[in-house]
Amino acid sequence: MYKNNSVWRLFASVKLALVTLVLIAGTSIIGTVVPQNEAIEWYAGKYGPEISQLIAILDISDMYGSWWFLGLIYLLCINLVICSIDRFPGVWKQIQADGLSFGEERLGKMSNRLSWEVKSSATQVSSRLEERLSGKGWKAKRKTTEEGILLFGQKGAWTRTGVYFVHASILVIFLGAVIGAIGGFKGFVMLPEKQVTDKIGLYGGGLLDLGFAVRCNSFSIDFYANGMPKDYTSSLTVIENGQEILTKTIEVNDPLTYKGITFYQSSYEPYQDFVITVKNPRNGAEKFFTVPFQKQVNWPEEGLRFGVINAKMRDQSLVSSKIWFTDDKGSPTTVWADDGAQTTVKREAGEYLISAKQMYATGLQVAKDPGVWWVYLGCGLMMFGLYVAFFMSHRRIWLLITETEEGAQILFAGSANKNRPGFESSFVELTEQLRDQ
Amino acid sequence: MDSSQLLGITTFTYLFASFLYIGVLVFRNNKLGSIATGFTAIALLIQTIGLVLRWIESYRLGFGHAPFTNMYESVVFFAWMIIIIYLGIEWKFKTRTIGAFAVPISFLAMSYASFAPLDRGINPLVPALQSNWLLAHVVTCFVGYAAFAIAAALGIMYLAKSSAPAPAADKGSKEVLPSLRVLDDMIHKSMIFGFIWLSGGIITGAIWANSAWGTYWSWDPKETWSLITWFVYAITLHARYTRGIHGKTIAWLSLIGFIAVIFTYYGVNFLLSGLHSYGSN
Repeated sequence: MYKNNSVWRLFASVKLALVTLVLIAGTSIIGTVVPQNEAIEWYAGKYGPEISQLIAILDISDMYGSWWFLGLIYLLCINLVICSIDRFPGVWKQIQADGLSFGEERLGKMSNRLSWEVKSSATQVSSRLEERLSGKGWKAKRKTTEEGILLFGQKGAWTRTGVYFVHASILVIFLGAVIGAIGGFKGFVMLPEKQVTDKIGLYGGGLLDLGFAVRCNSFSIDFYANGMPKDYTSSLTVIENGQEILTKTIEVNDPLTYKGITFYQSSYEPYQDFVITVKNPRNGAEKFFTVPFQKQVNWPEEGLRFGVINAKMRDQSLVSSKIWFTDDKGSPTTVWADDGAQTTVKREAGEYLISAKQMYATGLQVAKDPGVWWVYLGCGLMMFGLYVAFFMSHRRIWLLITETEEGAQILFAGSANKNRPGFESSFVELTEQLRDQ
Repeated sequence: MDSSQLLGITTFTYLFASFLYIGVLVFRNNKLGSIATGFTAIALLIQTIGLVLRWIESYRLGFGHAPFTNMYESVVFFAWMIIIIYLGIEWKFKTRTIGAFAVPISFLAMSYASFAPLDRGINPLVPALQSNWLLAHVVTCFVGYAAFAIAAALGIMYLAKSSAPAPAADKGSKEVLPSLRVLDDMIHKSMIFGFIWLSGGIITGAIWANSAWGTYWSWDPKETWSLITWFVYAITLHARYTRGIHGKTIAWLSLIGFIAVIFTYYGVNFLLSGLHSYGSN
């Protein structure tokens, strides 16, 4: 039979699993010490030519994706599958085992056992015991044998499969990772405010067409009083076939997802330019302009000219700017306004609402990972399996009632596959309840 | 009174309780034991109030977040968790001698937190940390770390007891340390408990990373080391289950595992760079 094959035995062995786990754990350290994803020249400069060659041969620069590291992971998977196939039938047999086939000899050897005598007849006492057991949640099966009446009850037989849930969960997580690697992508785009893109750069290289477009309406950055960054937020609009589909303000930990593609707030880039928004409340006209520092811009339809002539900065962030504004009727107006705050400019013709903010580009991490739900399923399965494997046990009890001259003798025995001290005390408790006449 | 004063008092109370527990071990005095437990419980209460107060203080400063966001706060939380788990074991197993090994770990953690050059201020959270996963991730990880610390303390007890000469039978003295068999079982159980919580910690971290960056696993040094630690305990549990390893081997493995925990928790922040670098201040 294939199970006696030496290759099968090797892959079914826990020894191989232990060796593989030690190798994975041990080699994983390399990638935490040697910086990853640098150019070969960088390694040559840091470690010298010989070691950098070794790094190139063994793919240490991307060791978690290298052939040998993935090979170890595959080995672990194969080991897990074969080990489980090898052992599961035995476990299944124990789950299915017929407790009613146990005789006095086997019961007499169990470490949890006790016998006592009663005056009533075997039939009477057996139905009374059966009732008491069912009151305690033990649904007993019954069989009349040559030795007497045998009652058998069990709880948690299925919990013997707990460890297989854990093993399966690891395979499910790896499956999720593979699905993500095949059907997903990761990329990045630096999108300046007011601009639209339908392509992003992939980390593996190349451009990817999203199939829709995304526009950055605005980006803003908030600081705490001590100067630490408080919030990075971007207002994004998804545009498909010329239609605005949805708009959301994203921040770190709160991304936007459309058609399985998720946009994460990742970084930003401040520009020297300004976004000036002007509104004429009398006719409702409103328009924004991207204006370099100390350059003026025209809005011919409204006959306006304006620009930013001075600015107060903190680090690289704008605090306030001095806006220069004219409609060519009378002398130009200048006004200081906080970053992004709307101010009113009074002209002879009437009022204008104007705001100037520093221009930014928002750095968006873009990812699609159809495998992530498999990974989460695997994680849930793992927690469930660990709980079952470590904290739940298969408990079995037997009552053998034999006829005697004065009545009946009862042999009570029990066993558990785990947490034996815990079972022992509940066995003692159950004994008292069963004996209590 | 503010949180830092309370946490300072906690440090010294743990020191005092440590001496009492060591006294229990040396003088075999049960009355001393109740006093030791009493002081530990009082210190835990003071520390709990201190942690809650620090939480409230962060709200008064205008941002408000759970007190687990820098190295100082995490060490205080680690010490707190160890005492909770220890008192649970003392209550469940009715033995006080473990206190002489576990409470000093808490004291050392608290004195490191109090006296090392760490930033002890309450600072607002950078955007990446502003997430509900912060609480779940830190709590699960630290329950695991604390359980592994207890396993290591038990491992030291095991090694100390097994290398000490057997006590002369004629003295008739009561065994002070739990028997080797009980210690072995307790090490195993602490490891299992820690393993489940560490698994939960890694999983919550992965989910959080995915919601923040779109990558549930990026082989960042902290992630990798947490996985290495997970492997060390997985190997230990498998070896025990299938090869029946026990006794000194398990005791040594509890120490090796705890070294991996300390490196994951502490070493990575200071020796390697990565996503968790904010923990280093």
